[in-house]
Amino acid sequence: MNNLLEVNNVSKYFGDFKALNDVSITIPRGSIFGLLGPNGAGKTTLIRVVNQITMPDSGSVILDGEALSQKHVKDIGYLPEERGLYKSMKVGEQAIYLAQLKGLSKAEAKTRLKYWFERLEIGDWWDKKIQELSKGMAQKIQFVVTVLHEPKLLIFDEPFSGFDPINANLIKDEILRLRENGATVIFSTHRMESVEELCDDIALIHKSNKILEGKLVDIKRQYKINTYEVGIRPYNRALLEKELSEKFNVSKANFRTLEDELKLNIKLQQGEKPNDLLSYLTDKGEVSHFVELIPSVNDIFIQAVNNN
Amino acid sequence: MNHLPLIIKREYLTKVKNKSFIMMTFLSPLIFIALIAFVAYLSQLNNDKIRVVSILDESGLVKDVFKNSGNTSYNILEGMSVEDAKMLVLETKGYGLLHIDDITEGKLTSKDLTFYSEESPSLTLISNLESEIQSELTLQNRIREGIDVEKLKASRVNIEINQESFEGEKTSKVDSIVKLIFGGAAGYLLFMFIIIYGNMIMRSVIEEKTSRIIEVIISSVKPMQLMLGKIIGTSLAGITQFVIWIILGSVLMTVASLILGIDMAQMETPQQQVLEQAMENPEVNLQLQNMVAAFYNLPLTNLIIAFILFFIGGYLLYSSLYAAIGAAVDNETDTQQFMLPIIMPLVLAVYIGIFTVIEDPHGTVSTVFSFIPLTSPVVMLMRIPFGVPIWQQVLSLLILVASFMFTVWFAAKIYRVGILMYGKKPSYKELIKWIKY
Repeated sequence: MNNLLEVNNVSKYFGDFKALNDVSITIPRGSIFGLLGPNGAGKTTLIRVVNQITMPDSGSVILDGEALSQKHVKDIGYLPEERGLYKSMKVGEQAIYLAQLKGLSKAEAKTRLKYWFERLEIGDWWDKKIQELSKGMAQKIQFVVTVLHEPKLLIFDEPFSGFDPINANLIKDEILRLRENGATVIFSTHRMESVEELCDDIALIHKSNKILEGKLVDIKRQYKINTYEVGIRPYNRALLEKELSEKFNVSKANFRTLEDELKLNIKLQQGEKPNDLLSYLTDKGEVSHFVELIPSVNDIFIQAVNNN
Repeated sequence: MNHLPLIIKREYLTKVKNKSFIMMTFLSPLIFIALIAFVAYLSQLNNDKIRVVSILDESGLVKDVFKNSGNTSYNILEGMSVEDAKMLVLETKGYGLLHIDDITEGKLTSKDLTFYSEESPSLTLISNLESEIQSELTLQNRIREGIDVEKLKASRVNIEINQESFEGEKTSKVDSIVKLIFGGAAGYLLFMFIIIYGNMIMRSVIEEKTSRIIEVIISSVKPMQLMLGKIIGTSLAGITQFVIWIILGSVLMTVASLILGIDMAQMETPQQQVLEQAMENPEVNLQLQNMVAAFYNLPLTNLIIAFILFFIGGYLLYSSLYAAIGAAVDNETDTQQFMLPIIMPLVLAVYIGIFTVIEDPHGTVSTVFSFIPLTSPVVMLMRIPFGVPIWQQVLSLLILVASFMFTVWFAAKIYRVGILMYGKKPSYKELIKWIKY
């Protein structure tokens, strides 16, 4: 079984509002899966369906080869975007309670918590109340509580919000380590640079529909625009500019260089090879810069959403 | 996975360990007792002052009937004009002056009597004066008309109708009063319990919403389980508090009456005088015995079982509604619009209990309302001491349980949707829509 989670044709209505329209996604085991989409697209509803908080009107969810049921609660760790803890409860007590709800015994929960608290250097918070902690501190505890029962599937909704860069990095490393240890991660965020950095697969949801899904590299290949960013110090600037604009689809590029250079984005037509372009250019001047433009997740996101 | 015991335990412990809960539990009886002691002290203070009432009886008919008693002493004035008497009373700072006009012929009537005082006089004093004068004048009239007063007294008859049901069960007026007290106390207790702890449940649901922990929790447990756990946990905390109140209250009462007891005995309020006089009366003594007998006449077993069942049923019914309200709103101020439909039937039940059950415990109004689920716990509890057929009790209980299940289902629907809704104040229309989600 290669896929840990399969969401098949799930639809969900709230009254007349269609929150999910026939959405199917497949999440490969051991991957970090980026679930993307504009605000209000239906991401949270989908995540809630997977968590059995919301029941779908139609469609099915398969976790690890079995239809999703109440017993899978212990296999999922969920860090919602709207998160919080009981303010007047002590950190340790609260973490044990939440772990027990996920099926851990009290003793087991305690041992694991001690380990995690030591790891994240928060051991001396055990007897503090949440209301005495800062937001970032509470977030750390929330993270520990989410992963404590070592679930197969981890769902993080905006996990880095509220963290300073140092702690955000710490959490990122922990997420990567959890994946190495065999967990599968669903990762929902608007921070495209972290998607770029972490995700193997992505799906894009827009207006209740899934409009894109697959391996990130495949999607990038699919959105490739065959354009090269070129920096050149031409022997004859005016002539080269004229020739290029006749032969290719050219636009102005913008990047930093040391010298005053001609900076262009050159789009190749079907069948044209980058090597030919390069050798043509080397005849015309000193080439200092020649890079294929790979669409960023950000570009893909905006393009896909606008196209729909 | 059944997490219900875990949730109940957490709800119970957080409630019980909460500082304001502990304060409430231990301070309320103290404050209550202190208040009673304070009121007792105040009324004693008030009664220590002796009131001097001057009497100017120009008719000479009633001047001998006034006897100093308790905190009132009479000063009989003679041979002066009304104006002089008024001046005198004012100068000596007397309480007031009763002036009785001279009458040459005929009878003393109301227009001949005037009470002068600086402030309006106490009601008890005036009615005391009136009754003294009335009985004296009546006596004088009877003597004048040649009626034998002794014979008249002897001829007086006192009657009390015995009551007996067709099955041969004996009751009496006193019985009814005792029943009323028991039923009223049971109904009122339930009413208080629902208001205090229903609110507590509602607040605890709102707290989970505002602290945003709710989504984490319900990714582990079913909302229904969470709601039931909350209701049961909070109720257990409530019962704990109630038991502590009762124990602490009775201990404090005993202590307080031991300390204040002597004072209280010395204190002679007008009410106490009446009571003492009544106690000397053999009839009242008999009534006291009747009261004890009436207590044992109550259907005690039925009462206790019914109390427990209706109490639990009624409480659960209302508390699930409270939980639903808590889930529907974001903060406590928004709860007002939904509170009315809950409080209304509750208050209605208490009023029906007080006004119609006294008048006719088995009349149409009382009977109908003892079957309607939202009012039945209170009204039925008030009716049961008067003897309600078992089939009626069972039927009412069945209706209650059925509607409880319906409300829990309904509340769970609202709860499930509501706990994840933020930022808008829902209308009733929206709540109905939520049920379809």
